[in-house]
Amino acid sequence: MSNPENLKYTTSHEWVRTEADGTVSIGITQHAQELLGDMVFVEAPAVGRHLAAREECAVVESVKAAADVYAPVSGTVTEANAELDGSPESINQDPYSAWMFKMRPDNSSDVGALMDATAYQAFVDSEAH
Amino acid sequence: MTTLKQTPLNAAHRAMGAKMVDFGGWDMPVNYGSQIDEHHQVRRDCGMFDVSHMRVVDIKGDGVRAFLRHLLANNPDKLTTTGKALYSTMLRPDGGVIDDLIIYFMSESWFRIVVNAGTADKDIAWMKEQAASHALNLAITPRQDLAMIAVQGPNARAKVWEALPGSQELSENLVPFSAVEMGEMFIARTGYTGEDGFEIMIPAKAAPFFWANLAEKGVKPIGLGARDTLRLEAGMNLYGQDMDETVNPLESGLAWTVDLKSPRDFIGKAALLAHPPTRKLAGLLLTDRGVLRGHQKVHTAHGEGEITSGSFSPTLEKSIALARVPSGVAIGDTVQVAVRDKMLNAQVVKYPFARNGKGMI
Repeated sequence: MSNPENLKYTTSHEWVRTEADGTVSIGITQHAQELLGDMVFVEAPAVGRHLAAREECAVVESVKAAADVYAPVSGTVTEANAELDGSPESINQDPYSAWMFKMRPDNSSDVGALMDATAYQAFVDSEAH
Repeated sequence: MTTLKQTPLNAAHRAMGAKMVDFGGWDMPVNYGSQIDEHHQVRRDCGMFDVSHMRVVDIKGDGVRAFLRHLLANNPDKLTTTGKALYSTMLRPDGGVIDDLIIYFMSESWFRIVVNAGTADKDIAWMKEQAASHALNLAITPRQDLAMIAVQGPNARAKVWEALPGSQELSENLVPFSAVEMGEMFIARTGYTGEDGFEIMIPAKAAPFFWANLAEKGVKPIGLGARDTLRLEAGMNLYGQDMDETVNPLESGLAWTVDLKSPRDFIGKAALLAHPPTRKLAGLLLTDRGVLRGHQKVHTAHGEGEITSGSFSPTLEKSIALARVPSGVAIGDTVQVAVRDKMLNAQVVKYPFARNGKGMI
């Protein structure tokens, strides 16, 4: 599965999608879910919480291991995806639909500064060596 | 970077799409896709595991039984029938666990032992040292020429019989925890999953052929990831996590494997008798949301404990754990586990958590 061109990416393997209302949706990438394996638990940040860029704010756990999820930019959490509580495996099945939480960035330009799909793929390839 | 050791099935794993990991210096398959699917495959049908990293050791010569009586915490005198197996720990003089192992009684001059991969070298050195110090003339031979394939699950034995002509006649009357030789092969009705099945030792050169035969009969390969959740559900200890040289078997849920009743002396016995256990291994079922993991602290009314193995149970669809806790903790108690910045509630339960296809909680 290739990384969608319309998303932005972080070095900690989150993807970021800008929505029509100016919020951003955040999930973990195909590469991240492949590394972690079968997901069994997701803990999203509380709605209303203000996050600094790079702050640990959520957790995904697979059968194998727990992994922290980081805020890609600074901003305020507006929504958590409650559906993932009952079906964490959707992160494995369709990582780019299974968003974990949404936030309103303090500065929308911060999102533009993140990696695009090509840069992210190059980053993943470089980590593999 | 050191080169990882490979089993004779390494190429077969890669051809089957395995995700390979460094497992104690061995290049082993952790899964071939979904670990949870592989887990269910074994509980519901059957699957095959490459366990060739484990070491078979043959001990031959006069007085093997007397040697093992001294060496092991369980009593080899329980073995009276050819092929019968016994699970035991091997202890340090202070009672710490050097390893857990299975011994097979083949004859009064031949016992076969299977030890863990990561401990094999120190185990063999210890066995040789003990034999030498008692001036015993025993041949202690690691069998690196043998591969080992476990086929586990309710349909495992039938699949082995299909894949291995001639094996049914020899092995269909094997009672659990016993083994039979078949030419250069060795078929044992043992396992590490809580399901019926066989562990089969086979000359390394023939292992890829047998593995391919099993695959052709529809037996799915299972990685070490599912092996770990299967054994945890089955309440089976993992050396290095649930016990090691710093704890004794009585505080590791293994009192049933220690023979303190017979007058026999064995290495570690005096230390076990001198230090009655103050801790024990308990099963935990997480009642809050989350996943229990090794080394998380457990808070109980009787003091603090620690999780030794924790994961998600695919059969129960809940998180479970083994934890070393103060002896006063009782089944039914609620305890708190520190998970990151939270204290989560868990219930102390009797384990195994699942066996023979079913949850037991």
